[in-house]
Amino acid sequence: MSPEGSVEGSPVAAPAEATTSRTPADRRRLALMAAVGAVVLALPLFGGSYLVSVATLALYLAYVGQAWNLMMGFAGQLSLGHSLYVGLGAYAAAGLFSHFGVGPWAGVWLAVVLCGAVGAFIGWLAFRLKVSGVQLSLLTVAFAELARIGFDHLEWLGGPGGLFLRVGDRSHLDLLAFRGPPALYYYAMLGLCAAALGLCTLLLRRRAGYYWRAIREDEVAAQALGIDTLRWKLFAVVLSSTMTAVAGVFFAFYNNSLFPEQIFSFGRSIEIVLGPVIGGLGTLFGPVVGAVTLVVLGDGATEVLTRAGIDVPGVRQAIHGVVLLIVTIYLPNGLWPPLARVLGVRSGRL
Amino acid sequence: MPALSHVANAVVSGMLTGIVYGLMALGLSAIFGVIRLVNFAHGELMTLAMYAAVVVFQGFALDPFLTIIGVALAFGGLGYALQRGFINRFVHRAEHAQMLLMISLAIIIGNVLLLGFGPDARNVQTSYQLDSFEIGPLLLDKVRVFAAAAAIVTTGLLAAFFRFTLTGKAIRACADNPVGARVAGLPVAHLYAVTFGIGAGSVAVAGCAMVQLIDVTPGLGPSYTLLAFIIVIVGGLGSMVGALLGGLVIGVSEALAGLLIAPSAKSMVSFGLLVLLLLARPQGLMGGGRR
Amino acid sequence: MALLEVEDVAKSFRGLRAIERVSFDLERHSITALIGPNGAGKTTLFNLIAGAFRPDRGHIRLNGRAIGGLPAHRVCAAGVARTFQLVKPFAGLSVLDNAIVGALRGERTVASARVRAQAVLDRLGLAAKASLPASSLTLADRRRLEVARALATRPTLLLLDEMMAGLRPAEIDELVGVLRDLQRQEGITILLTEHVMRAVMALAGQIVVLHHGEVIARGEAASIVRNPAVLDCYLGEDAPIDEAPAGRDVT
Repeated sequence: MSPEGSVEGSPVAAPAEATTSRTPADRRRLALMAAVGAVVLALPLFGGSYLVSVATLALYLAYVGQAWNLMMGFAGQLSLGHSLYVGLGAYAAAGLFSHFGVGPWAGVWLAVVLCGAVGAFIGWLAFRLKVSGVQLSLLTVAFAELARIGFDHLEWLGGPGGLFLRVGDRSHLDLLAFRGPPALYYYAMLGLCAAALGLCTLLLRRRAGYYWRAIREDEVAAQALGIDTLRWKLFAVVLSSTMTAVAGVFFAFYNNSLFPEQIFSFGRSIEIVLGPVIGGLGTLFGPVVGAVTLVVLGDGATEVLTRAGIDVPGVRQAIHGVVLLIVTIYLPNGLWPPLARVLGVRSGRL
Repeated sequence: MPALSHVANAVVSGMLTGIVYGLMALGLSAIFGVIRLVNFAHGELMTLAMYAAVVVFQGFALDPFLTIIGVALAFGGLGYALQRGFINRFVHRAEHAQMLLMISLAIIIGNVLLLGFGPDARNVQTSYQLDSFEIGPLLLDKVRVFAAAAAIVTTGLLAAFFRFTLTGKAIRACADNPVGARVAGLPVAHLYAVTFGIGAGSVAVAGCAMVQLIDVTPGLGPSYTLLAFIIVIVGGLGSMVGALLGGLVIGVSEALAGLLIAPSAKSMVSFGLLVLLLLARPQGLMGGGRR
Repeated sequence: MALLEVEDVAKSFRGLRAIERVSFDLERHSITALIGPNGAGKTTLFNLIAGAFRPDRGHIRLNGRAIGGLPAHRVCAAGVARTFQLVKPFAGLSVLDNAIVGALRGERTVASARVRAQAVLDRLGLAAKASLPASSLTLADRRRLEVARALATRPTLLLLDEMMAGLRPAEIDELVGVLRDLQRQEGITILLTEHVMRAVMALAGQIVVLHHGEVIARGEAASIVRNPAVLDCYLGEDAPIDEAPAGRDVT
């Protein structure tokens, strides 16, 4: 049963819907999905290390974008300070590893709890004190900046010079310390992405999905129907922050070096936002589509230029800016809804 | 505890810088107060103006304080064109769409600057850069004094413009009552564009004024946008007097924090203040104009 | 014990007294109409009962339990459902999904909520439009959806805020019929504010008249419309007695 609750046979003004019988169009769609799935799963086997790292980046952005999307799509608030959670998660796990030798599988729990608490705190402050819109966005930025400056002074975690993790042997697979060939990280990110998509799909179908959509549409009406909007909004925020924390832990063990200036930066927060916005705010596949588009265009262009011997810093970001501009003007709902229509799939708005 | 003269110096120095900050924030405030647009590209416009000053200085050896007028006019025109040709369509779109539009412009401007000028810092070095005025126990940087003077003059001109000219009054009418303004037949699109031009122009003046005080890199934009926001939130979104007051508050608190705590803690105080204000009194010191 | 007891309730907004010394009771399974000229405080009183505002003074009790001052979602949980004067559909959701949101209040799973939602939509005559986006409904249908959604929460008390405004007489009669059925068959207590006297006379057993934030009259419909104080405050507007309801004797 679809979450949209379509009654069989009733007139619907929606784009081509998947019916229960297998039409040729369905078969084509399934074949397409299978093909894409196969390519995605087998990528490290045939792709070079550069391709794998770029694909890992795309998956990372897709995951982190999906986590952010939860808060925007559900709580309806544009958080421009999500780098806070990436950074906190990263530093929590990296700090444990660096100082106490605690591996990432344990460290991630600290990261999650810490970011959940911080997210709950900020969310509670904002919602309770009725901060919304621009002021809320600025509040999130302010907290991220405070973290940036704060960690710059935290010598115990490396300070401005950065925190460095012992780099393992890239060819040797050490799962416990999360070290190994690029393929390890690729599959880990792939798993996280799949899990995130699965979680969101699940939530969409359950009470959470209905309540969140109701709150987003009309909070007052939702309250009149018995929904404790503060609690549900906080739930969205905490879920978002904890998911982002995991991305931070990944980031720490993938890059092996953390700098407050970078990881908490406003630029990073914007980077997180770009994928979902371009792909489609509040949709299920928006963040993935957006992330892939950005990486293909941005890194693709950079690669082409590098091969042509032109070395220009800033091309990637400039392209991101242009894509964002075009989407904001002409495709305010993102790339995914029209793409979904072409593919004959419902765009599953959160 | 540092000597009183040091504290006094810091305070006065902070006030001078603060006036320039105030001018920068004033542009943001005007844009929000009238057009209800949150200009996330504000810092980038200032960075662009700074590079303009650098280029002119390196090309023609013209002192930035002399090029101020030219740059201000140029940016005024640029701002007008940008609003009229482009941003105007977004005036009725959702808040987050506007934010994203301006963010995209910010990204583009910032990275075009990076592409054009490279990541290395540029500066302008004039003959009087290291000189100061001595007034009693106070040692005031000449550059800072000139910068503040430029800011004060510009602010005065703007105040006069809004108070005494027909266009200025029309713009204030738009801010007070956009629907009423339209009904009364005011050319709202034009007035919005003038306002954005003023915003861009004033941030350009601020940029030229500050170009001798800091190293210019393409990535300056976001921190100044944020600073402008802090000032405007402190002083009250939509209030011009508030922007100046806010600038002074931030300028002085930064200077004092730099002196009493640590130079790198300057922004921490500012952001801490921002958080407190957003939570306690989002309308700022002067209130009003809040969405 | 009456289902709802409103006792000496008062509310001011920045010095302006909206409600002052309002007291009345609602008996179970009854339909009561709250009438009065514009600005009398009807919607404010509604909002006080529904939990949108806190009363400055006084008590509001549902089944003996104090609900005055509780936030809106807790009031709903206690069994009070309301509609809004300016309807608030979840525009981006389908009609069915709107109802499901309401039904989830009383049901544990989405599946059972869907069943309840479909039943409620059926009752309100919206079953055929279940999969349409709520934004595509006509005004009359939006009103029905509003009622359906509120009904889906399994309320004991239903607050209807000017449901009939802007509807055509045929639509009014239809909605009146539905509400009467709800009262008769499901025993729901209804409190409605209305300007449309056609509906008031057709539905209300009891009428409470508000004027300048105070109750100036209270009693059976028939006697209220003859009450000089009531006629006085309506002077210049259509006096209640002029509007004969469809199909109900004014005795």
